[in-house]
Amino acid sequence: MGSKTKIYLLIVLAFTLVTLFLFIDLNNWEYALPRRGTKILAIIITGAAIAFSTVIFQTITNNRILTPSIIGLDSLYMLIQTFLIFSFGSTSVLVLNKHVNFGISVIVMVIFAGILYRALFKKGGQNIFFLLLVGIVLGTLFGSLSTFMQVIIDPNEFLSVQNRMFASFNNVNTDLLWLSLLLFGMICLYYFKFNKYLDVLSLGREHAINLGVDYDYVIKRLLVIIAMMISIATALVGPITFLGLLVANVAYEFMKTYKHSYIIVASIFISIIALVGGQLIVERIFSFATPLSVIVNFVGGVYFLYLLLKESKKW
Amino acid sequence: MKITYLVLLFIVLSIVSLFVGVSSISPLEVFSMTEEQAHIFLTSRIPRLVSIIIAGVGMSICGLIMQQLTRNKFVSPTTAGTLDSARLGILVSMILFASASPLHKMIIAFLFALAGTFIFMKILERIKFKNTIFIPLVGLMFGNIVGSITTFFAYRYDLIQNMSSWLQGNFAVIIRGRYELLYISIPLLILAYIFANRFTIAGMGEEFSKNLGLKYKQVVNIGLVIVAAITSVVVLTVGMIPFLGLIIPNIVTIYKGDNLRENLPHTALLGAVFVLACDILGRIIIYPYEIPIGLTVGVIGSGIFLYLLLGRAKHGF
Repeated sequence: MGSKTKIYLLIVLAFTLVTLFLFIDLNNWEYALPRRGTKILAIIITGAAIAFSTVIFQTITNNRILTPSIIGLDSLYMLIQTFLIFSFGSTSVLVLNKHVNFGISVIVMVIFAGILYRALFKKGGQNIFFLLLVGIVLGTLFGSLSTFMQVIIDPNEFLSVQNRMFASFNNVNTDLLWLSLLLFGMICLYYFKFNKYLDVLSLGREHAINLGVDYDYVIKRLLVIIAMMISIATALVGPITFLGLLVANVAYEFMKTYKHSYIIVASIFISIIALVGGQLIVERIFSFATPLSVIVNFVGGVYFLYLLLKESKKW
Repeated sequence: MKITYLVLLFIVLSIVSLFVGVSSISPLEVFSMTEEQAHIFLTSRIPRLVSIIIAGVGMSICGLIMQQLTRNKFVSPTTAGTLDSARLGILVSMILFASASPLHKMIIAFLFALAGTFIFMKILERIKFKNTIFIPLVGLMFGNIVGSITTFFAYRYDLIQNMSSWLQGNFAVIIRGRYELLYISIPLLILAYIFANRFTIAGMGEEFSKNLGLKYKQVVNIGLVIVAAITSVVVLTVGMIPFLGLIIPNIVTIYKGDNLRENLPHTALLGAVFVLACDILGRIIIYPYEIPIGLTVGVIGSGIFLYLLLGRAKHGF
């Protein structure tokens, strides 16, 4: 199978699942269709954003076990939510009004990423290894602080925190969805300037510089793009970066190529397939009795190992 | 970071740790303790000190070995799917052997962790990995699969909170009869030291180490088994403590380079000193109550490590 055929296959599969999701057991058109539509749109947007940013992040870091969550954005999101509920209560405008909450989360996360990058790149280290270590340390700090607040918070308020700990597509605000779509569109347009560098960047820093890439400039811009994407996706549905690791690696094993034009498209569609398929299974088979991540991790993990084992048999 | 300073610090902190606590025992009374004092000393203080040291030393050394073998600075000792298998074991012992004592439950979970590691290595063997990236990658994916099975059943039986509290780092619950499993890791740590040079060579890659006459696969397997056994024992008795497996080995290698044998003592001591200091602080700050180790480690550790990392950045890399 050529790379193009594989991509078409993924597109057809994704399309089938989306159609199935929208029209299965559809009795009440006016009520169900808009709701399912919002849900599916949220899934597509976040799935695509996560897959896309993880692939770029792994290329920049030259490390296929990392996801952007390593720089601490997920834990920062949890800290923001816990802090808001802890200090203002779960009935405050800052928590209940989704627009305000979304705005605060995105702005704080983007500012945090900006300060982190600035501080580290200014110091002259310009070392990604370093950025990641500092990110892990800060992520742990945020994690411990939120755990601490979660332990001493009122149990009723804790339920409201707990709801935000797991990504969920069941309750997405429509206005925010359109806003995120617009933001994503703008980020993607900006990204296309850098699209051509990715294949070269995956060769590593030295090679990329030798081949004439303005390494630091491109890396900084790409990191900003990643931070924006992750912040928006997380603020929209909750922490969900676990998915990125899975889909990026399945994409590499499935496509058997390192060309980013193929890998990025493939990972986006694999991510949509995983999320829509997982959501279908959760809703139809388990009737919501299990989190989406359980299904996605199990099926995705088994499929990944299968791909690796199948490949080694040929030898 | 001279090794002598670390040793001195280690000894001082260990002694302090023995004599900090609600019921007062002063160092002068060691040889003339009342029966009650002796009881507290033997059932609580000494087990606590031992478990702190083993946890600090064990986790940071496991991290170092794992990062060396996989040639990847971001692999933590829990990446081999060990922790997830241990969690599955805890779940099984909670559901099927609800009345068993904590030590028995730990042993069941430990067996699960070993079985999980065994399966993980069988998969690795069949994959014929061309690239070291596949060790952590297969570990993560395998862990994901086992983890999702665990979450699925834990969700059904409403045990998620119970399980996460089990694995939260906590030294306050360490008393005699609950921590003895930790001693398994001492011979393993000695074994790790004996094999240290071989791990260093294995870290240079499969071809290179084969050229030097090393049984690459065997050494990698031994390393993985050591890491898996120590990690599961520590995590099961003490719980997860942030930073130990990932940040401490990285800090030591930033300063000292990649020779495993030379780094092992530093890493071990730094790990132990770090946990000891955080634990003592957590016991003093709101005396007579305690702040959980996870919080002190998270906050103090972040401060120290940021200072070390950023201070290092100023001098250039």
